[in-house]
Amino acid sequence: MNPSLEARDLSRNFGTFTALSHLNLKVEGTKCVGFLGPNGAGKTTTLKMFTDLIFPSAGEAFINGISVQKDRKSALSSCGALIETPEIYGSLTPREALELIGSLRGMERADVRSRTDEVLNEVKMTEWADKKVGKFSKGMKQRINIASTLLSDPDVVMLDEPSTGLDPRGMAEVRGIIRGLKGEGRLVFFSSHILSEVVDVCDEVVLIDKGKLLFYDTLDHVNARLTAGGTSVDVEFVRPVSDDDVKGRLASLPGVSGWSRLDGRRLSLVVQGGPDVRSHVLESVAALRLGLVGFHESRSALEDVYLREITSGDS
Amino acid sequence: MNATGSPVIARAPGRTDGSLGTTPPSWMQALLMSRYQFRDYLRSRRFLLMIGIVAAISAILIAVIAHYRPAGLISTGAAFFGSAWIGGVGVLIIFSAIIFGGDAIAGEFQNKTGYYLMGLPIKRWSVYAGKYLAAFGASLVTIGVYFVVLLLAGAYFVGGGAIGAGVFESFALVMLYLAAVLGTTFLFSSLFKTSMYGVIIVAIMFLFGFTIVSALVEGLVGVTPWFIITWAQSALSYPITGLPRTAGLSAAGIVVYPTYAQGIGVMLGYFVGTTLGGLALFEREEFT
Repeated sequence: MNPSLEARDLSRNFGTFTALSHLNLKVEGTKCVGFLGPNGAGKTTTLKMFTDLIFPSAGEAFINGISVQKDRKSALSSCGALIETPEIYGSLTPREALELIGSLRGMERADVRSRTDEVLNEVKMTEWADKKVGKFSKGMKQRINIASTLLSDPDVVMLDEPSTGLDPRGMAEVRGIIRGLKGEGRLVFFSSHILSEVVDVCDEVVLIDKGKLLFYDTLDHVNARLTAGGTSVDVEFVRPVSDDDVKGRLASLPGVSGWSRLDGRRLSLVVQGGPDVRSHVLESVAALRLGLVGFHESRSALEDVYLREITSGDS
Repeated sequence: MNATGSPVIARAPGRTDGSLGTTPPSWMQALLMSRYQFRDYLRSRRFLLMIGIVAAISAILIAVIAHYRPAGLISTGAAFFGSAWIGGVGVLIIFSAIIFGGDAIAGEFQNKTGYYLMGLPIKRWSVYAGKYLAAFGASLVTIGVYFVVLLLAGAYFVGGGAIGAGVFESFALVMLYLAAVLGTTFLFSSLFKTSMYGVIIVAIMFLFGFTIVSALVEGLVGVTPWFIITWAQSALSYPITGLPRTAGLSAAGIVVYPTYAQGIGVMLGYFVGTTLGGLALFEREEFT
């Protein structure tokens, strides 16, 4: 079966505030999809309706074609979800907490035991398996939450800002776990407002703002869309560069369509074209022997599109 | 390795379509929930607190009886259990309901433990029923300890032969009353998303609220407060004392004591009504 998530005309109002407005979205197949939007965009509201934690004002959410609102038990049986940062009963150990999840999902005892060891190992919590959760830090609890989500090895994995509460190492590990989940028949749908995280692990991206879908596309398309309009590149030199050098030598390089000064030693160049053109510009700048020490994209393509879409929504 | 160069997390062997396992029936999930919740209660400080309260009440009672040897109290089994058992168990039921049930539902929202459970393939009523059964079990353990202590004390002070079947019948009735009180407690707890509100409202209602309402209904309106749960509590003693098996009337014509059947009816009514009401509220509550 092809795993899928679908929102049909999904809306949610809180009083006069519209948190989500007529969301129509179908995400299908074995892939990792990032669910992006600024704070208050409606990401968590959407995921909560997909897990029946809150109810839609209108519309329906489907997991693998089954309506969550009409048959939550069947719909959620093939889905593992981590919404916000749940708390686990403090007197339970991670092993017992996972045992609870496994038994409620109807897993065989032997499967629960073996999968518990596997998922605790995935989230690097094996040595804490038999300590009470009540004493754990927020980050440790979040690791157990992620382990709980993966325990039954569901086809659909929904994660709501899974790196919340984790230190940088933990965030990197979570990204590694999500990357590892890709393929093998799983659909991973995770919300984030950390663009680098999405670029790092996702194949496709959904962007919403103010409760409305702005776009749903592949990251490749997002990159291509942006490249057509030019890419900003930050260039850094070991010593200050004069305006004469910039105007006379840098701005006239093939592929460079504009520039601005960030400070005495740093410039922002607008490069027309894809990675090949950027590579050529890099070689040309280095050949000028102005003391080049840094050359990198100012923002990711996704970040550019994100800012453009969110900003245009504000106007 | 997958396309991103990361090691792929392999699928679990033995998976059927969708995920590992076949979701059990809802009633079984309720029992599973109750098992883990009961374990949580038994390991909690609140359970130790309840056992401490039972120990304190029992110790004071036994010490007083041993010291003063009140003839009226230790003359017969009915006198002993009618006073010691009935006098203490009413308080224990209310304390248990406050401690185990006051925040049972509200706490799921405030502590965010509900988020851990409610994203699972489980119906809300299974969670509600599981928590209710666990609270009932934990309360029953504490009340059971008090019952056993009093049986031993009764055997010592009055003699084993004086412990009649009525004592056990009363214990069964206590279980029904506990079910009704916990049902009411869960209903109050379902009204709030803050644990403290749930606990405070339950405490106020059972410690003063129902008594005040009963007095007002009797005094001002002149109506028998049969619809107040505490009115039915008198029936707990009937199997032991044997009286009154018929309704007692006050000078104003108010029915002060329920009949045995009325008492059971009110308890059953509360149990069913409040449980359905609490469930209906929990089904509509959102984890915003």
